[in-house]
Amino acid sequence: MSRSWGYVRRNPLLLVGVAMFILLLLFWLIGPQVIDVTRARPISAMADQRPSAEMPLGSDSVGRELLPNLLVGSLYTFEIGLTAGLIGLVVGTILGFIAGYFGGVIDSFISTAADVALTIPALAVLVVIASVIKEVLNVRNLALIVAALSWMRPARTIRSQVLSMRERSYVEIARLSGMNDWQIIVQELLPNLLPYLAATLVGAVAGALLAAIGLEAMGLGPQTEPTLGMTIFWCNYYGALLRGMWWWWAPPIVAILYVFAALFAISSGLDELANPRLRRAR
Amino acid sequence: MSSRYIVRRVLLFLLVIWVGTSLIFFLPRLAPDRDPVAQRLGNLAATGGINTEGLDEMVEAYRAKFGLDQPLWKQYLNYMFDMLRFDFNYSIAMYPATVFEIVMRAVPWTVGLLLVSTLLAFAIGSLVGALLGWPRTPRVMHWVATPFLMMSSVPYYILGLVMMYVFAFKFKWLPLGGGSQYGTVPTLTWQYVWDVVHHAILPAASMVVAGVGFWALSMRGMMVTTLGEDYVMLAEARGLSPRRIFFRYAMRNAILPQTTGLALSAGTILSGSLLVEVIFRYPGMGSVLYRAITGFDYFMIYGVVFFVILAVGAATLLLDLIYPLLDPRIRYSRK
Amino acid sequence: MSAPVLQVRNLCVHYETDAGPVKAAENVTFDLARSERMGLVGESGSGKSTTVLALLRMVTPPGRIRGGQVLLDGADLMALSPEQMRRMRGSAISLIPQAAMNSLNPVMRVRDHFYDTILAHDRTMSRAQLAAHTGELVEAVGLRPNVLRMYPHELSGGMKQRVCIAMGICLRPKVIIADEPTSALDVVVQRQVMETLGRIQRQLEASIILVGHDMGLMAQFVDKIGIMYAGRLVELGPVTEVFGLPLHPYTRLLINTLPSLDAKAVFKGIPGQTPSLLNAPAGCAFHERCPDAVGDCWKAQHVLTEVLPGRWVACPCHAGAAA
Repeated sequence: MSRSWGYVRRNPLLLVGVAMFILLLLFWLIGPQVIDVTRARPISAMADQRPSAEMPLGSDSVGRELLPNLLVGSLYTFEIGLTAGLIGLVVGTILGFIAGYFGGVIDSFISTAADVALTIPALAVLVVIASVIKEVLNVRNLALIVAALSWMRPARTIRSQVLSMRERSYVEIARLSGMNDWQIIVQELLPNLLPYLAATLVGAVAGALLAAIGLEAMGLGPQTEPTLGMTIFWCNYYGALLRGMWWWWAPPIVAILYVFAALFAISSGLDELANPRLRRAR
Repeated sequence: MSSRYIVRRVLLFLLVIWVGTSLIFFLPRLAPDRDPVAQRLGNLAATGGINTEGLDEMVEAYRAKFGLDQPLWKQYLNYMFDMLRFDFNYSIAMYPATVFEIVMRAVPWTVGLLLVSTLLAFAIGSLVGALLGWPRTPRVMHWVATPFLMMSSVPYYILGLVMMYVFAFKFKWLPLGGGSQYGTVPTLTWQYVWDVVHHAILPAASMVVAGVGFWALSMRGMMVTTLGEDYVMLAEARGLSPRRIFFRYAMRNAILPQTTGLALSAGTILSGSLLVEVIFRYPGMGSVLYRAITGFDYFMIYGVVFFVILAVGAATLLLDLIYPLLDPRIRYSRK
Repeated sequence: MSAPVLQVRNLCVHYETDAGPVKAAENVTFDLARSERMGLVGESGSGKSTTVLALLRMVTPPGRIRGGQVLLDGADLMALSPEQMRRMRGSAISLIPQAAMNSLNPVMRVRDHFYDTILAHDRTMSRAQLAAHTGELVEAVGLRPNVLRMYPHELSGGMKQRVCIAMGICLRPKVIIADEPTSALDVVVQRQVMETLGRIQRQLEASIILVGHDMGLMAQFVDKIGIMYAGRLVELGPVTEVFGLPLHPYTRLLINTLPSLDAKAVFKGIPGQTPSLLNAPAGCAFHERCPDAVGDCWKAQHVLTEVLPGRWVACPCHAGAAA
């Protein structure tokens, strides 16, 4: 216990990242109590209003009040990122495990599939799918579409970790003591993989967010929900920047920067945990 | 060079093109009752939309090509055949221009912007990352680099928006967008070249700033791993100068996985640059794609997406073929 | 005997950890005469590798050299500037690494490794001189000149180790440190490599410090042997005398672990465990495993003292007995 505390103290980045997330959670929890989220819908406020006492972040050109817009949007955006990232992690981990543990033909098949899928630019494929079903695109559908192309990196990471672990002595001992493959995977490998899984999850969420926000910025997002990416799309669409409406475009950008900074802090913290050699570099 | 390696890489390239092209054919068809192109064309015909000129011809061409009454495998074969001939039909929004013509006009802009900014980001980022992983580097360097590292995961276009506001809107040092002064004719004069460079600075800078952090971060990790290698330790014991060890032993080896990383990231980088183009209204493929999406120009979407897949596949192949020149273990693989 | 080429005095290396300093080498003191072969043995973790790294001033953080002197021909290496020390490495005092190590830069040809080493110390050599010199070196270690054009991954383990030996002698160093140069090689290759090393050492009249834990190899190769235990030198003396009459109980146990050919004895380990260097026990570090420990041993640290001419030991019971 005291040792892990000592570690956290020397690794303030992880602490900062977690603190940033707790702050965000508080915003999402307390926000709806004090902010009327229904005002995130169009024509609920006067259009194009600067920030004022009643509307702390003003309103946009279609009459959304922007503070509730930010609250709802950031929550939706994170929901998309987390859902897609989790699905990607689970699918990728299973595939990576199978490939790394059993090897052979299965491994070559999964590895090649992952390599091919990584080389095909995800955004391109997503654009085609999303543009076809644009009218029925909602938060859940977008998350599923993004998830479909989020499994490759987790699969690769976990595969290489499993490959290196498979050769270690404790796996050999477990096998000699009569454990079967699944017991070894669940009891021996999985616990040792936890730091990597955590780091991979953070990476997968960041990747999914990147893809989702990118799609939305092209207009391929939930047309009626004010996610962060869609807000940027509408800003671009209505020329918010050129019209000097900083209160419209700045909040989603700050929110995106904030989320990515928090993810970055957590992932570098976890990286050090997973690769102790990095620790010495500082 | 081992021919097996080359053959493998070329096969992988072909596989990528084939799988990618097939994916964008089949995936949209999984959505039930959706034939957006027919719908779109139908809508246009019914409402006499913005551009009815040549509509009949397009509907005709579309029917003939995609012939939705035909069995799926036949549709698929027709589609693949057209794609491989770069025949993507007309642009729905810009008839009678074909998709191919429009894409070809956009390609040089995208390639120019992308190549310059990616190479710059890769070179600067790798050097910075190598220095960050090197124990003798002064502490100041870490302080200077931290903001860049923080920005490594931020999408390029988000940074682009901020830079656009500061440098183009607020201080008016640089143009707000576009590829050149509106209405200028491309000529090989200094004036025109300067105009193009002038317009490219902001979009390129937003990609370089984010990219430097990304490459520095991965290079730092590689560098730390490489510095732990025995040959680096022995190089010091042999009395080599730190400078020599840094470049010839540590960085030279750390750059190998970094190059693989570049190949793996080609898709992400290109996707990012397309969005930067959208934000800056840069006349490349990104803007074409954006207009196609907002204008329901499906032929155009397919054309651009196919080119994007092709470009990323080709870039990856090129890097894979360069790699053996950097790594003798692959160049002279034991039989 | 002429003046020693290398004098090590009270060398201390500590690793700073959260739980306190780990004393990896403590008050290590010995002399090395010109063209003498000295062995340094001990279990892994006994501080022998740390000690030789400290001789090269290549201990990396969290390790630090906390004190002591290393005099090479009378000049203190610890007082040199980093750049002066760099010039010493490879030219006056060189390292031949463990054979299991990945010691050659995978993207450089063998030849360029030699050129790098030589040019780091002598920029005046012409291309032709470099080529000629390198050719001779490779021949001297029994390799064919075509290895120079190869990349490290094309060489076998034994070949790589010969390259490392050739590189270790290319600037005619006065002291060669060979850190388990034959571990991980098979027995036949091991023998060939050691013969090469011995021949080269005689030709150059260089002194050599052979680090290892193979007592049999030591008995055949070195003139003088130092035994390390828990970061300290516990016994030092001519190899035949130490093997004939070990003075420290640890040395005795170590020699007894050697399997002899006639007695098909089971290989006997030494009972007990190597003590943690962190929170090292007070008194003699060996007392918990020592068959001859007496009342005082857990209180006071024994100092390495010369009990017979040329024989040094850090144990009081045998100091008295031998005298």
